[in-house]
Amino acid sequence: MGVLFSYFKSLIGAREMRILILGLDGAGKTTILYRLQVGEVVTTIPTIGFNVEQVTYKNLKFQVWDLGGQTSIRPYWRCYYSNTDAIIYVVDSADKERMGISKDELFHMLREEELQDAILVVLANKQDIPGCMSLKDVHQALGLEALKNRTFQIFKTSATKGEGLDMAMEWLANALKNRK
Amino acid sequence: MSAFKREKKEEEDGGGNPFQNIEKTSVLQEARIFNETSVNPRKCTPILTKLLYMLNQGEQLSAKEATDVFFAMTKLFQSKDVILRRLVYLGIKELSSIADDVIIVTSSLTKDMTGKEDMYRAAAIRALCSITDATMLQAIERYMKQAIVDRNPAVSSAALVSSLHMTKFAPEVVKRWVNEAQEAVNSDNIMVQYHALGLLYHIRKTDRLAVTKLVSRLTRMSLKSPYAVCMLIRISAKLIEEEGSDSNSPYFEYIESCFRHKSEMVVYEAAHAIVNLDRTSSRELAQAISVLQLFCGAPKPTLRFAAVRTLNQVAISHPTAVTACNIDLENLITDSNRSIATLAITTLLKTGAESSVDRLMKQIASFVSEISDEFKVVVVQAIQALALKFPRKHSVLMNFLSAMLRDEGGLEYKASIADTIITIIEDNPEAKETGLAHLCEFIEDCEHISLAVRILNLLGKEGPKTKQPSRYIRFIYNRVILECPSIRAAAVSAMAQFGASCPNLLENIQVLLARCQMDSDDEVRDRATYYSSILNRNDKSLYNNYVLDTLQVSIPALERSLKEYSQSNTDQPFDIKAVPVAAVTKPDEHEVKQKSEGMLISNGPARAPPASREENFAERLSALPDVNLLGSLFKSSEVVELTESETEYVVRCVKHSYARHIVLQFDCLNTLDDQLLENVRVQLDPSEGYEIIKEIPCPKLPYNETGTVYIILKFPEDDLQNSIGTFGAVLKFLVKDCDPATGIPDIDAGYDDEYMLEDLEVTLGDQIQKVSKANWGAAWEEAEASSYEMEDTYALSSMNSLEEAVGNIIKFLGLQPAERSDKVPKDKTTHTLLLAGIFRGGIDILVRAKLALADGVTMQLTVRSQDEGVSDLITSVVG
Repeated sequence: MGVLFSYFKSLIGAREMRILILGLDGAGKTTILYRLQVGEVVTTIPTIGFNVEQVTYKNLKFQVWDLGGQTSIRPYWRCYYSNTDAIIYVVDSADKERMGISKDELFHMLREEELQDAILVVLANKQDIPGCMSLKDVHQALGLEALKNRTFQIFKTSATKGEGLDMAMEWLANALKNRK
Repeated sequence: MSAFKREKKEEEDGGGNPFQNIEKTSVLQEARIFNETSVNPRKCTPILTKLLYMLNQGEQLSAKEATDVFFAMTKLFQSKDVILRRLVYLGIKELSSIADDVIIVTSSLTKDMTGKEDMYRAAAIRALCSITDATMLQAIERYMKQAIVDRNPAVSSAALVSSLHMTKFAPEVVKRWVNEAQEAVNSDNIMVQYHALGLLYHIRKTDRLAVTKLVSRLTRMSLKSPYAVCMLIRISAKLIEEEGSDSNSPYFEYIESCFRHKSEMVVYEAAHAIVNLDRTSSRELAQAISVLQLFCGAPKPTLRFAAVRTLNQVAISHPTAVTACNIDLENLITDSNRSIATLAITTLLKTGAESSVDRLMKQIASFVSEISDEFKVVVVQAIQALALKFPRKHSVLMNFLSAMLRDEGGLEYKASIADTIITIIEDNPEAKETGLAHLCEFIEDCEHISLAVRILNLLGKEGPKTKQPSRYIRFIYNRVILECPSIRAAAVSAMAQFGASCPNLLENIQVLLARCQMDSDDEVRDRATYYSSILNRNDKSLYNNYVLDTLQVSIPALERSLKEYSQSNTDQPFDIKAVPVAAVTKPDEHEVKQKSEGMLISNGPARAPPASREENFAERLSALPDVNLLGSLFKSSEVVELTESETEYVVRCVKHSYARHIVLQFDCLNTLDDQLLENVRVQLDPSEGYEIIKEIPCPKLPYNETGTVYIILKFPEDDLQNSIGTFGAVLKFLVKDCDPATGIPDIDAGYDDEYMLEDLEVTLGDQIQKVSKANWGAAWEEAEASSYEMEDTYALSSMNSLEEAVGNIIKFLGLQPAERSDKVPKDKTTHTLLLAGIFRGGIDILVRAKLALADGVTMQLTVRSQDEGVSDLITSVVG
């Protein structure tokens, strides 16, 4: 019995998890993607379209899609929703003015049928910038308390410094394992 | 599963094309697999291949289908499979023009083109450039510049060629990459060097000075790539043509030096360039021909083919030089490659003596069935040239052609044979009867409707003039019984021509036409009724105007006029005289001469023939409120240059004649980048009798833009003689100095300036439109009673031959020669030229010029027209 169980478990472990990184333009999505993949900060340019990479974290394989955040590209997000296991939603904590837009985009996206079962991770990014909003403020500004029936968690991160990402991934890996 | 079984069965059936039975819907359905979370390259690769195959077979996708499959395909970027990724690039290129929002893959492709995987980079560049438009190009500019100078030759070549393609929509951006292209020219890789030169040339080709610099620099450094050398030879040859330089020019020396190049391709290219130059001295020509001669004996079929093809092309322009290769060409007649043999024989036919014609024709006949249509057309063209050269051989050639007509073949091939027969008939009266007989036989069994209609039309025109017109009627009437409606209708028209021209056949024709009135097709019945009732009247002038000479008006203009008429609420009957007359178009010599440049970018498929010049102008002119009231445009003249080329301002004039007015259109170009011209107008000093009605100035003329000034004048009313005159003209304008970079003028008010233009002449030809009269003789007789006739005799002492005189008279009077009287038979000392046209206001003109050659040319000119003034004008102008 135990042998059989571990066999199944390894099967589940082998399946690639499909993760989308979304958020407004300039939030740091591409930087986070490559920080996760190669562990370094790379110079990025605004993403026109998408980047897709395979990321391995603690024996879990993730297929991570980083979709461009510019206004003109946001309508295409939905082309990539199907079969998504988790969403990493990145917010620029220093961009107080566009917090409202970010909230609208988030809730608009979460209403999609195809994403009903997806786990949500919100990253309050750019915490290294002085005067940025705190985790609590971001949580409130995005109206996350209104979320029901959704596995979600918010983390504060700094992609350039590499802070907070580990914790977020740890949580996500566990959440995905527990779901199965 | 069942699909799998079927596929397996097909395989067992014996190979064949595995993609033979694919269907669009099923392929699009299968392509949904691309959306699955984990990509299976083994499954996706064949599906994507099918999709590409289908698209290349010409299957059309709607924008939605294309977009759906495109977005599904973008999911494949998650796979690291090299083959699959490269197929995706191909898919992107194929769908880039049909699908929407293709920019979605920009980032992914940019990453691949700059990434480490060399298998991706070149292909990613090509795909990226296919999805990029002028606005997005800025975003990838930096990467393109890097790629051009990349160390990997495949990447560099891909970037260079893609840049070349992008010059079509973003020339300004690509221009900025000139330094990178410059660097790539120095590459060691032969392809990179070639492509870099191609891009450099295209960036600079509009700037003559820059091209000369480029060529003189590159000719001094020895290029490693033979392809680049070939290209340089082509550019040099083009420069020689444009500058009209002679064999002393450095470019010429360069091309000559390439004869000693170690690559055969380069040697051939140099020889090809030299024999095709307009002005080549016999020394260089001999050198080039001897190179080609050497290649004729080469073991490689490609070299033999290239050499003999070039010799064939220049056989007409340099016959003596090509004759030197006759022995080598004779050897090639039996070449196992039929294309080479065909070209060799046709070259010999073009240059050979009359005595060898029979032998060569026999030789061709032995394998004509084995060669493709394309080469058969080459043979037919050679026969045409031969028939014009040796009229006495017409019976041999005609028999050969009719045998070819009976063979299988496509429309183009058959049409070229029919064309050749028609040309021979026109050129050689002796061949007419046999030629018509062959054509009659051909239409008995002709599968091409358009060709049958043309031949019936020709029979209607030429048949009545033969000795025994009645023999053609049977052939024509057979068409009425056996063929489809459009051929039947053409046959009815042809019969009517016989009825109108041959009184003794009229009765029989009427019987046949009566039968045709029972036809099941409307058009056929209408035509039969129409002709039958006209022929019943027994009125010569009706015959001439409504049977023999068809409508002379321009069809698009007639359509427009009728539409306007039917929309207006007028009780007036429709006036056909108000419809502009169709200009007689000559086969355009430019088009024949225009060769594709052969410099990487092709000109694309031939464009549709443009609307007539008058049509274009009419549209532009009718937009001007005052011109609207003048009636319909009668004629637009050729463009007249009023300035030397390459001066500060370039002014060209087009004269538009109306019934009682003339509109002068001055197109002005400002070539000074530090000036903005305002209120540009032309001050005209018209000759006596002219009255300026209105001037329409051009408000603003920035650098490098063309503006137009119009002047409307009224022709002199009292005396037509005054309508021919010379006008002085001065361009006047307000100059504002401006910054060359931005084009924004300085604040000051500017100053008035003027610029002398050359005198403008209004000639007789401007007021006459050509009309082709199929039956000039009949019209001339009919006009005898109703017209004013003027006659005068002139001595044209400056003319040395009849041909020269004929050419000059036609050009001077602006009339259309009729009944092929513009062709002067050889060795004759007298000739009669028959001309026809319409004077503005719709006055018919017929002119007969009897010419005699004796110490200059003596001409007796007889003019018949409905207006005394016009007749008088023509006779007086000639003097």
